[in-house]
Amino acid sequence: MIRPTAGRGNAGTLHFPDVSDLADPLLEVEDLVTSFRTTRGTVHAVDRVSLTVNRGQTLGVVGESGSGKTVLSRSIMGLLPARDVLRSGTVRFAGHDLTAMEPAQLRQVWGAQLSMIFQDPMTALNPVVRIGRQITESLRLHLKMDRKEATATAIELLRSVGIPSPEQRIRSYPFQLSGGMRQRVMIAIALACAPRLVLADEPTTGLDVTVQAQILDLLAAMQQERHMAVILVTHDLGVVAKRADDIAVMYAGRIVERAPTRTLFAHTRMPYTRALMDSIPRLSDPSGTRLRAIGGRPPDLIHPPTGCRFSPRCPYVQDKCREADPPLRTAGSPDHLFACWFPLVDGVPSGPSGSGQPVTLTTNGAPNNAVEAPAS
Amino acid sequence: MTGPAATPGTNAGSAAEAPVMLEVEHLVVEFRSGKERVQAVSDISFEVRTGETLGLVGESGCGKTTTGRALVQVQPATSGSVRFQGQDLGRLSKRELRKTRTRIQMIFQDPISSLNPRRRIRDIVAEPLAIWGTGSAEERAAQVRSMLESVGIDPDTAGDRRPQEFSGGQCQRISIARALMAKPSMLICDEPVSALDVSVQAQILNLLADLKAAFGLTMVFIAHDLAVVKNVSDRVAVMYLGKLVELADSDDLYRSPAHPYTEALMASIPEPDPEHVSTHEPLTGELPSPLNPPSGCRFRTRCPYVQDRCASEEPPLREVSPGHQVACHFPLRQLSPVPERPAATTV
Ligand SMILES: Nc1ncnc2c1ncn2[C@@H]1O[C@H](COP(=O)(O)OP(=O)(O)OP(=O)(O)O)[C@@H](O)[C@H]1O
Ligand SMILES: Nc1ncnc2c1ncn2[C@@H]1O[C@H](COP(=O)(O)OP(=O)(O)O)[C@@H](O)[C@H]1O
Ligand code: SF4
Ligand code: SF4
Ligand SMILES: [Mg+2]
Ligand SMILES: [Mg+2]
Repeated sequence: MIRPTAGRGNAGTLHFPDVSDLADPLLEVEDLVTSFRTTRGTVHAVDRVSLTVNRGQTLGVVGESGSGKTVLSRSIMGLLPARDVLRSGTVRFAGHDLTAMEPAQLRQVWGAQLSMIFQDPMTALNPVVRIGRQITESLRLHLKMDRKEATATAIELLRSVGIPSPEQRIRSYPFQLSGGMRQRVMIAIALACAPRLVLADEPTTGLDVTVQAQILDLLAAMQQERHMAVILVTHDLGVVAKRADDIAVMYAGRIVERAPTRTLFAHTRMPYTRALMDSIPRLSDPSGTRLRAIGGRPPDLIHPPTGCRFSPRCPYVQDKCREADPPLRTAGSPDHLFACWFPLVDGVPSGPSGSGQPVTLTTNGAPNNAVEAPAS
Repeated sequence: MTGPAATPGTNAGSAAEAPVMLEVEHLVVEFRSGKERVQAVSDISFEVRTGETLGLVGESGCGKTTTGRALVQVQPATSGSVRFQGQDLGRLSKRELRKTRTRIQMIFQDPISSLNPRRRIRDIVAEPLAIWGTGSAEERAAQVRSMLESVGIDPDTAGDRRPQEFSGGQCQRISIARALMAKPSMLICDEPVSALDVSVQAQILNLLADLKAAFGLTMVFIAHDLAVVKNVSDRVAVMYLGKLVELADSDDLYRSPAHPYTEALMASIPEPDPEHVSTHEPLTGELPSPLNPPSGCRFRTRCPYVQDRCASEEPPLREVSPGHQVACHFPLRQLSPVPERPAATTV
């Protein structure tokens, strides 16, 4: 599994093979931990997260605001503040360990191999630089284009993301564009150097539904054309339901369920995932249908609850949930992981607590063992 | 929140006979910048009946906020009228208007910036009382406490804190509490959940339903997501580039949309179901500039069903079935049968 990594201090040109020569997984994150030291205490924003993304695939990362999605994306990119950050774990990308790289090496990777679309395009774009230049800069740096070639490419890119009259638009400043247009420009910048993986952190949150659908379709079309992998981060399971191959659900800094998309929706195990699905209003429900909202709020990441972190809000909580931390494990299908002592089976909790069947569980990699009875 | 389990859609039948609370006729709102004139709202008419929730849905920039602001007279109407409980708000004196305005309150999209960052929560919520309320300081404090409790905020821990210390969802609860302190009969909600994530959105939508029942409110609910609007509204008005293009009962609108734009809005909603197959193409292109709206039907530049007539003739809003109005020359749903003509036309 371990491949040669770019060693520390080696600031020479990194070698990235062609996409077709690459092996899967393209991205392999293992036991990633990111904490921030603050005056109030240590914020455990990302806690032992592991995930993989294959070439050309889409992974959806879903969770409420404050669950650690942005910190996870930034940790994968290596875009974290220099001070008061504690981190561990590895991020292997196309055979290179990004966590071991010097800033100079990371800059070779950003944009060219790996790029990010930020939650708020207004703050991510430089407000005093014309959008054309924001695209050509990266083309000239990474693809060594001359000014003329870079400008022509920028115009083509803007056209391909659906910006009308791009020849004029390259001279606009970000504030002269609507929210949807700015997000298109962000996508054009992120895609300029044909990266293999794009991290899109809530690329459509705050945009209206029609623009959202357009931006997501655009991203999907670009992905297909370029055989690019995408990590699509969102708080809305509806956004990834038809767009992701796999979904990882995040709660309080951890991944609590992960499965191929259809499996996740058809055989939801984790009560939190179910609760996220249920809180979305459906057009097909009669007007006035009461929403099944999750009570309370995600926990404070300085003092997360002991045991299962969802236990203070879980409708199926048992004593055992508060005492012991449920590990990520599988039941039946090996690519469906979840962290819950009483996983749902057909919508009802398993074990003596509910009417559902007990499930045979497998701790990741370990042999089968039946679920224990709750302590109560 | 332990209010009654209100279901806002269930009173649709009775609301149809309820008296009209708000009547908007030929409302036009224009903005001038230099020589240019932008018509943000172009001649819209609708009414809101006592006890109902009317949803207003449309894309960013179509004029929803401007309409909401004109209803509470923060934005003067260029022409047309807004009548609230029979009074023409545009004709009231400043003093009368200030008094009437407390009965129509508005809450906004960005919950955090709509609260004064320097003030404490208890003072923010007490603002309407400080302006209008009589009663002693203790009585006011008690009213603030009970209002904070009814929106799900603990007055003991929250009262002395300031808005930045709260999440978006909590700030929205606080702005709702402030709006309700004035004891309004009507609440205008401008995208109250658009900035919130889905789980907080569900909490706030349920809270609004509970408060509506508990305080006997009539509501106008503005949003861009038709699934959200439909959930809370008895009737829905669909707006496009300053015009109303369709108006119907929520469930009727969903079952049989008559305007091509409504159909496209429905196709844009991200359904949380991987097996769901959308039967319509989502919208392409952007909303045209209101500086220079398309001739005839304003939707024609993006309409998949456009015909020659759509460019030359503006479609009027007319009824396709009782209570269901649409502005389209070729509605997706058949018009109600036209009353038969006298026999003179037959040979
Ligand atoms: N003060 C103003 N001066 C000039 N034009 C304005 C002003 N306020 C709004 N407009 C214009 O009026 C139109 C309608 O704006 P409005 O804010 O009502 O839209 P909206 O439907 O609420 O959109 P959103 O979903 O973005 O909130 C837009 O074209 C907008 O640019
Ligand atoms: N630079 C930082 N210093 C301290 N805490 C931070 C920092 N960045 C993020 N956090 C905290 O980490 C947690 C996760 O944040 P974030 O990843 O932004 O959540 P999400 O993107 O899921 O909404 C939050 O509690 C947030 O306040
Ligand atoms: S472990 Fe217990 S508290 Fe946690 S999600 Fe499962 S049932 Fe709920
Ligand atoms: S009037 Fe014509 S362009 Fe307008 S919505 Fe109807 S069919 Fe489409
Ligand atoms: Mg975030
Ligand atoms: Mg608005």
